[in-house]
Amino acid sequence: MNIDRRKFLLCASASGLLGLAPATLALGAAQQLGKRAKPPRVVIVGAGFGGATAAKYLRLWSERKIEVLLLERQQNFISCPMSNTVLGGSRNMGDITLSYDDLSKKYGIQRITAEVTGVNAEKRSVRTARGDVPYDRLILAPGIDFLFDQIAGLDAALAETQLPHAWKAGAQTALLRKQLEAMPDGGVYLLSIPKAPYRCPPGPYERVCQVAFYFKQHKPKSKIIVLDANPDITSKKGLFLKAWNELYPGMIDYRPNAQVIQVDAKTRTATTEFDAVKADVLNVLPPMRAGKAAELAGVVNVDQRWCAVNFLSYESTARPNIHVIGDAVAAGLPKSGHMATSQAKVTAAAIIELLAGNQPDADPVLANTCYSMVSDKAAMHVANVFRYNKDTKQMVAAEGGGVSDKHSDTEGSYAKYWAQNIWSDALR
Amino acid sequence: MSKTLWLILGMALCLPLHAQPDKHARGLAASCAACHGTNGNSVGGTPVLAGMDRALFIQQMKDFKSGARPATVMHQHARGYSDAEIEQLAGFFSAQKRATQ
Repeated sequence: MNIDRRKFLLCASASGLLGLAPATLALGAAQQLGKRAKPPRVVIVGAGFGGATAAKYLRLWSERKIEVLLLERQQNFISCPMSNTVLGGSRNMGDITLSYDDLSKKYGIQRITAEVTGVNAEKRSVRTARGDVPYDRLILAPGIDFLFDQIAGLDAALAETQLPHAWKAGAQTALLRKQLEAMPDGGVYLLSIPKAPYRCPPGPYERVCQVAFYFKQHKPKSKIIVLDANPDITSKKGLFLKAWNELYPGMIDYRPNAQVIQVDAKTRTATTEFDAVKADVLNVLPPMRAGKAAELAGVVNVDQRWCAVNFLSYESTARPNIHVIGDAVAAGLPKSGHMATSQAKVTAAAIIELLAGNQPDADPVLANTCYSMVSDKAAMHVANVFRYNKDTKQMVAAEGGGVSDKHSDTEGSYAKYWAQNIWSDALR
Repeated sequence: MSKTLWLILGMALCLPLHAQPDKHARGLAASCAACHGTNGNSVGGTPVLAGMDRALFIQQMKDFKSGARPATVMHQHARGYSDAEIEQLAGFFSAQKRATQ
């Protein structure tokens, strides 16, 4: 079964998104006559920061001449950036949950709430439980999946019920917050960090700040143990150490080169090569890889985990007409929300050119700003411009980038404005 | 078929065969949206860049670059762009319509 445009317009009409009955009839009649030229169609898998932004900008910049179908299994957008503040208690799930409705209403993007079950690159078609969706160009914005099998005793079901990683914002974020609330004062929260690369390099250290912020107010006798598989703090090191020492002295026990290889859900114990550590709340971040849709499409070609792309178009080096953006990409670029949106825009512009028979911009330049909230009010950042290097064909950091002098309430305000603006840029 | 059609359509509309310079400027400016909103129309907190005077934009960025204007983050972004790119950014943002809210 093919999901065609007429069917989707009917869906849109039936769900009350648009008063489309006359348009549906007109389009249906034209299709029956077979004389109406079909616009090129881009299908996007995944409506996180990257996928949603790609959808919006394809419609904006093509002046609606390209048809865009956006496939996403979730009903709403839940933001990973700022989700750690839900653990800290200064935001709730509602504050980081946003609607996809404007993408349909304002930009005419056709949304399909379904999971992708297959990709046929030869036939240029995506399979979902609701039918096959043909494309001219496919954008995969699949985010990440977890390598649970690299930690004995852990699996996806346990993560949903007892040992949340909460590294995709959603039900697990709420579960982890509940576990922290239920923990007695004087308890131990344990966070384990996988070897880089993983989603959001400063994210784990920000999470430590947020949990510490909550403990300081409500459970001041509690401790935080960080088991980091990396040899050192991987992002904003000096800034995090300063924040931990100034704001949460004596609370955080950071242990580098400590890779968790086993967990026991019953005793809430995490085991490394050297040590077994018991905790009241066990927050294990498993090693990560590109989201499943990338594997289904056959575009995972770096370390069996990530996707290599041409940085002028984000087209996969493994398969033509399939583009990959966001955390799934193997790159010297941070796996961040801002980076996903920047990549999405390069990709949207490139696809518009490619569909018109032109070459994409040969000199893409993009930027990244990542804020980390160290309390309810204070934040700090890392910022960089990245540009395409024609010799190495890689994106490399331009001169001048760097981090904050120190965390501040001023930057906390900027972090809030960043969230408002990037959410709006992706979704409204 | 659709690809061919687009090619014909493109030629009929006299579109050039390479990305236009203003599209490069649009691409440069696109990253700014995370803090300054789509096309520079900030939805809160940060300065609206849409419709900003070209000369003023260039001066601000130069002052960020030199440190004449203190900043938390903008000096780091400004130093990442060449003077020519800053002029392209100024051209793009000055041409954007300010959204009325």
